[in-house]
Amino acid sequence: MSGWMQHLTIAPIVLPLAVSAFLLAFDERRRTLKRIMSLGTLAALIAIATLLLWQVTDGFGLSPASAPYVYLLGNWPAPFGIVLVADRLSALMLLLSSLLGFTALFYAMARWDRSGPRFHVLFLLLIAGINGAFLTGDIFNLFVFFEVLLAASYGLLLHGSGAERTSASLHYIAINIATSLLFLIGVAMIYAATGTLNMADLAERIPAVPPGDLPLLEGGAAILGTAFLVKSGIWPLSFWLSRTYTAAAPPVAALFAIMTKVGIYIVLRLSSLLFGATSGGAAGFADNWLIWAGFATMLFGTIGILSARTLTRVAGHYVLVSSGTLLAAIGIGGQALMAALLFYLVSSTLAVAALYLIIEPVTRNADEEDRIAGIAEPVFDDEYTGALEENEDEVGIVIPGTIAILGGGFIFCTLLLAGLPPLSGFIAKFAIIDALFRHAAITPTSWLLIALIICSGLATLIGLTRAGIDLLWTPAEDSPPRLSVIEVAPIGLLLATCLALMIYAGPVFLYMETAAGALGDPSAYIEAVRGTPPITKAAP
Amino acid sequence: MEIVLALAIGALTASGLWLLLRPRTFQVVLGLSLLSYAVNLFILAAGRLRTDAPPIVGRDGPVDPSLYADPVPQALVLTAIVISFATTALLLVVLLASRGLTGTDHVDGEEGDQ
Repeated sequence: MSGWMQHLTIAPIVLPLAVSAFLLAFDERRRTLKRIMSLGTLAALIAIATLLLWQVTDGFGLSPASAPYVYLLGNWPAPFGIVLVADRLSALMLLLSSLLGFTALFYAMARWDRSGPRFHVLFLLLIAGINGAFLTGDIFNLFVFFEVLLAASYGLLLHGSGAERTSASLHYIAINIATSLLFLIGVAMIYAATGTLNMADLAERIPAVPPGDLPLLEGGAAILGTAFLVKSGIWPLSFWLSRTYTAAAPPVAALFAIMTKVGIYIVLRLSSLLFGATSGGAAGFADNWLIWAGFATMLFGTIGILSARTLTRVAGHYVLVSSGTLLAAIGIGGQALMAALLFYLVSSTLAVAALYLIIEPVTRNADEEDRIAGIAEPVFDDEYTGALEENEDEVGIVIPGTIAILGGGFIFCTLLLAGLPPLSGFIAKFAIIDALFRHAAITPTSWLLIALIICSGLATLIGLTRAGIDLLWTPAEDSPPRLSVIEVAPIGLLLATCLALMIYAGPVFLYMETAAGALGDPSAYIEAVRGTPPITKAAP
Repeated sequence: MEIVLALAIGALTASGLWLLLRPRTFQVVLGLSLLSYAVNLFILAAGRLRTDAPPIVGRDGPVDPSLYADPVPQALVLTAIVISFATTALLLVVLLASRGLTGTDHVDGEEGDQ
């Protein structure tokens, strides 16, 4: 790799950051410019992520031999400088975040980006932070990127203002600042025990940590892990999640769907590098905790889905269920299970994002119904359009049969989330259960996980079907909701991606298996980081 | 010196935690600030305590690293200070917005049962 391709690894961070700073210079009235710039950036990010995926797999080849690509910032060699590492897992997550960002931003153009200032700037900043967290190769930069994405998420959560959002933000910000402090304590303890913060260097040094220092290291890792687990919404640290996501504007909530997965990604990465099979005294640390906390989260999410009164709450609790499933599966471990959980991660993230996007148009109709039934006959129809729709310049193409489209999309989402055949949600859950059965000994914990996966699927099905019948099936007297193409297209894109995941499940699974293989044996990652020499200037 | 620093960190953490759990938003902000001071001192302590040892190595030739303090935690602390300062400022803005919108400085936006 040479020339500009070398710098491709840093592009997913620098590009949105630069465009975000650039857009800050423009007045809010230059909306078209902002939209084109930010949407173009996200389209470019999808292309970059695809290119990175192509690079780390040697042209979409599936040989596990291809090494991760390491970028030395400032050309300092690895343990001293800061590194960015793009391997299969990070490339996959980058593609997922870019795709989700693109669709959420596209959807936001229907009207959401007009309900407050600097939406595009914050949105791009959030993407930069997420991408940075996926690429970084040392723990302290992880903290910095987490702060970048959190700062942007505070702003996005407040987007649109209102008492409910502000009050939810207050809790969200307080919890996340406290979590960041835990993060720092964990980082400091790990540094005190090992003297390094580079993940690959840590992986090399941990087996040599004297037994006396092991409690310090494990304590630090536990505190650090708690910080990520709060972010991924583990029970009992998850009570903030449902309310926060409900308060957020739909495109923001859709993007937040990947923020819990950032926490999962880090847990996956660190447990593979720092506490894998080769880590001596610290190996397998906290696996049991992850399993049981994951089960509790799934149970809490399932009960939450059944008791939720609004669709956004159902979606919020589904995020918890999927986090719980992933964490419990990480705790149980094994390569086949890892591959299955990566597939589940991608599929469930896309499906939850699609659900968040579709909820708003679906319930928009219901709000009007309720109001008509509750108050009086409308004098003018105009009065009953939502408060945010008052912009007269909005050009919404009215599609006949919007209910059919919404209903179809909703059923699609339901099948995906509940894990019914034939969609990718089913394949993911089936693969997890299959992997559990292929373990040498099927323990009671495996049975419990299988039971919980099936029960949570059933609860999702019940919750969503109930809401679907109520909102879409029962005939409405009033006209169907106005639905613009801008809103339908991103939902369609997300669902089409899930459909593609189903059709190309074979190759996708091969990719996931090699990614899981690299997680199970991180020596290639460590060697790549330690072995990458600084670039020497060519002689003139 | 160790015991003084440890006591300071402990006192800051304890009072920060107590304030964090109080019902008024301003108390929460103060609590988070105190906690972040405690964490900053803790990071500094993670690099081992030294007195009269500079963290920056001069340019003149090879040096004995044992005469110098560990520069990494100091760099981390600087970053952490900047970030916690910025997020605290943001939280203050949200606090004011919440006070304006809900008319109360209770963290839940409404007075709880007394």
